[in-house]
Amino acid sequence: MPTIFIDGQELQVNDGENILEACLNAGLDLPYFCWHPAMGSIGSCRQCALVQYQNEDDTRGRIIMGCMTPVTEGARFSLKAENATEFREAVVESLMLNHPHDCPVCAEGGECHLQDMTVMVGHRDRRYSGKKNTHRNQYLGPLIHHEMNRCITCYRCERYYKDYAGGTDLGAQASHDHLYFGRHEEGVLESEFSGNLVEVCPTGVFTDKPFLKQYSRKWDLQSAPSICNGCAVGCNIAPGERYGKLKRVHNRYNHEVNGYFLCDRGRFGSGYVNSDARLDYAGIKQADGSYMAVHQQQALETAASWMQGKKVAGIGSPRASVEANYLLRELVGAEHFAAGFSEAEAPLMASVRRILQTTQAMIPSIKQIEAADAVLVLGEDITHTAPRVALALRQSVRNKSFELAEQMGLPQWQDAAVRNLAQDQRSPLIIVSAMETRLDDIASQCISLAPDQIAEFAVSIVEALAGEPSSNKQANQIAEILQSAKNPLIISGTSMVHWGIVNAAVAIAESLCTEPSGCMLSLCIPEANSLGVALLADKSSPSLPDLVNSPPEVLLVVENDLQRRLNPQQMEQLMSAGTLVISMDMLENATLGASDMVLPAASYAESQGSLVNMEGRAQRYFPVFEPAAERLPSWQWLLKLAALTNHKSLSKIEHFDQVVAACAKSQAEFTNLVDAAPDQSFRDRGLKIPRQTHRYSGRTAMNAGVNVHEPQQPHDHESPLAFSMEGLNRDQPAALTPYVWSPGWNSNQSLQKFQAEVDGPLKGGTAGVKLLQSSASGATQKASCEAVEMQAHHWQLVPVHQVHGSDELSVNTDEIAEMAGMGFVSLGAAVAHKLGVSEGDGVVLASGGTEVSLEVRILQRVAKNCIGFGLGYAETLYLRAGSLATLAVDAQWQRPQPQLIASDKATPDPIVAEGGSAHV
Amino acid sequence: MEKVLTRNIGVDQKPTDLKAYEANGGYQGLRKVMAGMSPQDCQAVISDSNLRGRGGAGFPTGMKWSFVPSDDKCTPGHKYLVCNADEMEPGTFKDRLLMECDPHQLIEGMILSAYTIGADISYIFIRGEYLLAIQRLRDALKECYASGLLGDNILGSGYSLNMYLHPSAGRYICGEETALINALEGKRANPRAKPPFPQVSGLWGRPTIVNNVETLCNIPHIIDRGADWFKTLGLGEDAGTKLFGVSGRVKNPGCWELPMGTPIREIIEQHAGGMRDGYQLKGFLPGGGSTDFLTTEHLDLAMDYNVIGAAGSRMGTGTMIILDDRTCPVGMVLNLIRFFAHESCGFCTPCRDGLPWSRQVLQDLEEGRGQPEDLETLSYQIKYIGAIGNTHCALAPGAMEPLQSALKYFYDDFKQHISSGRCPYH
Repeated sequence: MPTIFIDGQELQVNDGENILEACLNAGLDLPYFCWHPAMGSIGSCRQCALVQYQNEDDTRGRIIMGCMTPVTEGARFSLKAENATEFREAVVESLMLNHPHDCPVCAEGGECHLQDMTVMVGHRDRRYSGKKNTHRNQYLGPLIHHEMNRCITCYRCERYYKDYAGGTDLGAQASHDHLYFGRHEEGVLESEFSGNLVEVCPTGVFTDKPFLKQYSRKWDLQSAPSICNGCAVGCNIAPGERYGKLKRVHNRYNHEVNGYFLCDRGRFGSGYVNSDARLDYAGIKQADGSYMAVHQQQALETAASWMQGKKVAGIGSPRASVEANYLLRELVGAEHFAAGFSEAEAPLMASVRRILQTTQAMIPSIKQIEAADAVLVLGEDITHTAPRVALALRQSVRNKSFELAEQMGLPQWQDAAVRNLAQDQRSPLIIVSAMETRLDDIASQCISLAPDQIAEFAVSIVEALAGEPSSNKQANQIAEILQSAKNPLIISGTSMVHWGIVNAAVAIAESLCTEPSGCMLSLCIPEANSLGVALLADKSSPSLPDLVNSPPEVLLVVENDLQRRLNPQQMEQLMSAGTLVISMDMLENATLGASDMVLPAASYAESQGSLVNMEGRAQRYFPVFEPAAERLPSWQWLLKLAALTNHKSLSKIEHFDQVVAACAKSQAEFTNLVDAAPDQSFRDRGLKIPRQTHRYSGRTAMNAGVNVHEPQQPHDHESPLAFSMEGLNRDQPAALTPYVWSPGWNSNQSLQKFQAEVDGPLKGGTAGVKLLQSSASGATQKASCEAVEMQAHHWQLVPVHQVHGSDELSVNTDEIAEMAGMGFVSLGAAVAHKLGVSEGDGVVLASGGTEVSLEVRILQRVAKNCIGFGLGYAETLYLRAGSLATLAVDAQWQRPQPQLIASDKATPDPIVAEGGSAHV
Repeated sequence: MEKVLTRNIGVDQKPTDLKAYEANGGYQGLRKVMAGMSPQDCQAVISDSNLRGRGGAGFPTGMKWSFVPSDDKCTPGHKYLVCNADEMEPGTFKDRLLMECDPHQLIEGMILSAYTIGADISYIFIRGEYLLAIQRLRDALKECYASGLLGDNILGSGYSLNMYLHPSAGRYICGEETALINALEGKRANPRAKPPFPQVSGLWGRPTIVNNVETLCNIPHIIDRGADWFKTLGLGEDAGTKLFGVSGRVKNPGCWELPMGTPIREIIEQHAGGMRDGYQLKGFLPGGGSTDFLTTEHLDLAMDYNVIGAAGSRMGTGTMIILDDRTCPVGMVLNLIRFFAHESCGFCTPCRDGLPWSRQVLQDLEEGRGQPEDLETLSYQIKYIGAIGNTHCALAPGAMEPLQSALKYFYDDFKQHISSGRCPYH
């Protein structure tokens, strides 16, 4: 560790870091703009200037940029030297030449890095008296608001959007002081990660558009540490509330999981929490089919009386917490507890569970995924099935460039230099999928195969790895690439609903585990708690079809819209008059509509629980605010039901922590669940962790329009957080960090004050705990998959997952619904040409007795005989992966709204290609 | 004096074709090398010759080349030679003359340079407005390919080189070698941070040498006639000849090849014919728009890199701009700063936002709105923008040079603008 001197202070610093990082690590306030811990240095803003001295006798020194200067043994610097402070102030003064000073009406105001840095350098009076440059703003879609006049030209947006996230439709334009960051013309931003612009921009150029519509200042938001329930990655989020509405979601740093970034589903997909379609009261179905609203207690007593002495079964949910699912299982008994997976999903999830518990491969965190130097993706379009993992893969392919940089002695943080050195040289990323994926642009190889063939192809790779080169040259070559890698990673998952693919992927990983490099294996699974509920289900657990075939007398459904799991006949049979169905959920849906009693469940933002992500990491989310009306978290409904039905063990349980403890005791896999976060008794210097900032305003007045009597603050008896401004938000365990703020650092850049060191874990450790320990006995299993038999004039249906549209809850957010569009079918250009349709036209798709009209989307890369259908849309609800379909032009089709930007849509290649055209 | 670089350039400024070029000793250097000189031999000659870069910085060419890693010290792949023909320095028009009138001299210099550094691909990055030079270079390249001087196995030596002509889309900053490289790669013409220097990671991340047109034109002669001969050409400490130019209100503005170290007075009074009648010399920028003013007291200095440097300016491109006594120095500086502010790539703050700030202060002065504190602001800006290292590249410090020296030499003019509330020259 080199020793450097800053203003005479001796500092031990990390080898290879730059002076800016060293200063921040030492707790020194050195202002900066363009540097970002995840994106490194380019030296454009010139804000982090210091004076460097040649030696002890040098009193003049020269100005250097902290972010561009590596630490060297014995180097001497000054932060406080007059020429350095004067220079830093001059930089802000010149940034202010064109900045509009519209802080009072700017959504960034109060959490603006530019404000913080301006105050930090001491700039006050601007000498410039000329006119300010002004720009036209662009419409960038429903998620991001653009206000170019505020730009200080730090290049962070372009570097994040293009270099880090792989976007192509936003960048720097024009030059000198007319620089403009935007699209070549107005239109919806294409990246699935556009929302991070809001947090990357140091001022208010890119702001959260849905938040603007119901804006509150950061200091007025009540926040809690939470976990995104949009997919199985389990990104840590910090949602903020005011006036009983969830206002926005910000990233919550987790060193091993999401780091600094979220996907747009995670950031913008929580609008459903404020939806008018939320259930407020319990209801009992009347003879005429309407519901009578009843009090909580009345509903509970009625439910208890229905259950008394009856055969009761429960259906859990992969989107409900471990605790809710656990309580349901205990309440109805394991042999009556269905995990709530569809018929196709259930064996897949059982398989994934078994794999994670037995594989020799390492199950990586996202941080570890970023370190992979060769990646094979089988069957997944990760950007849509586990978005944050895709962002990590975009970084993993850069390992080649870091290797080249190391040879040259170039530090990784020299971002532009490393990119210029490597140009388009990347670590191998091989994608074998049925259709083009959003990572094709960085892939070293893309192979289009139907799901069955992907499995077959993967088996050939296994053979080649075992030293029996197959006849498939590509497979042999991929085996070689994987074998020569130092840190290979295999990614697959359940999105194709294909057992064979998952098994073959595991077999490849297992096979590579015999190499010295070992292997990482990452399996994408469908929902936020799919793994948690899979762990709760055991062999005696019934499947959904089991329940359909022998319906119980009373059925308890917890947060699960069975319409998404069953076909209409099964649904009708299950919900028939013979069974009393009690459902708890948040939003109106088909299951609630068919239930005899509905109970309003709290959303993730109003409740607490644990989710187990795809790597087996249990993470705790806490209520951001109290549930309104008569909503209760599902675990509370179930606990109350248990008490009323005098359940043997559960009726002794009152509190959340007791549920966690009981669950941990019940099953070896959940032993560590108690460590996911501190329990209710945690106190920091005698106080709970405050959800409100110490500047939180109007607490005593904000309800005065309703009632002049000041309501008492709600008490939180279940968590170590308080609905209060009192307490300290500093250095607490990472799982209890509701927001970041530090004196002088009002923006999200204050995160560095919470990190143990720049870009490292938080001072309070890393939130969450790994539940699963693999026995490492090997997870290879026999693949017994029935191949789809093709028929003439038919296509094989392949599910197409969408960040916006495929998730059940987020699509109930207006902005996400707008992004999702309508149900669609994905066709290869050649097929479309043969059918005579182009992008935006309609076709009638018939499959398994279902006939639907769908919008055509055209892809450049599709496996032979395959067509895709957008998953999660009302139109495609009953289409099933792997089934056969026919296509015909929809003569009645009316094109939806004209495309905003026609030039953005690739026109299909009119050349008739070979693939898949035979059966039109 | 013996003409070296301009020996094929007549008063009519007609282009020299391959035949005429060879007839006058052209491609002798190349034939000599291809017949048996090794790249190391060439490198030694150039290093010995004391040739310094003619683009403005005066960096020793041999040393620059020596930083290119040999094949065993870098990953396998291409190496590049790039000719910087993006001549956009205000007042500078020397490279245009060389390219328009003797394109083969440049090409021969490039082949020899590429051979020395082991480059297999070379580019001429030329200013887009130089239409005539583009046409003549294009014709010359065709001739070279047709006669085996370019392409595979040049003159049967086994050495292969391809040469491409790339007309620039046109920004002053493309003259900065790393911005040029970015532009050549199809990226924004922002300069790159150094290190790494282009010699190790340049065009497409590969070892790259970027040299000015005039520098490259010297190479065939040095190779052909030796380092010692070259050193004798200079009058002072610097070797060789140089194209010097004068623009402004002189009787005979133009460009002449003269020995290094020619006294300024000789250039202005003898070659440029002295000031036009009715005009007095007030000052001059010795080497283009981004060099410090010198005044009449400096007329007897020799045009050598170090001599001019010691006087507080830079020899730059060696093409002088004359300030006469009837032209407003504030207006002249404003004009230059306006140019530089407009040509900033917009990458770093002091340049992007600092230069327009200076422009605005100067404009206020020139238009009679100046305030006494403006001079302090200008000094503040010079300190802020003008120091190398404060900015990402040398554009903004260069832009500050005429301003800081104008404040030094013509301070009274600035004060008068403020006290009289108008430009005294109008």
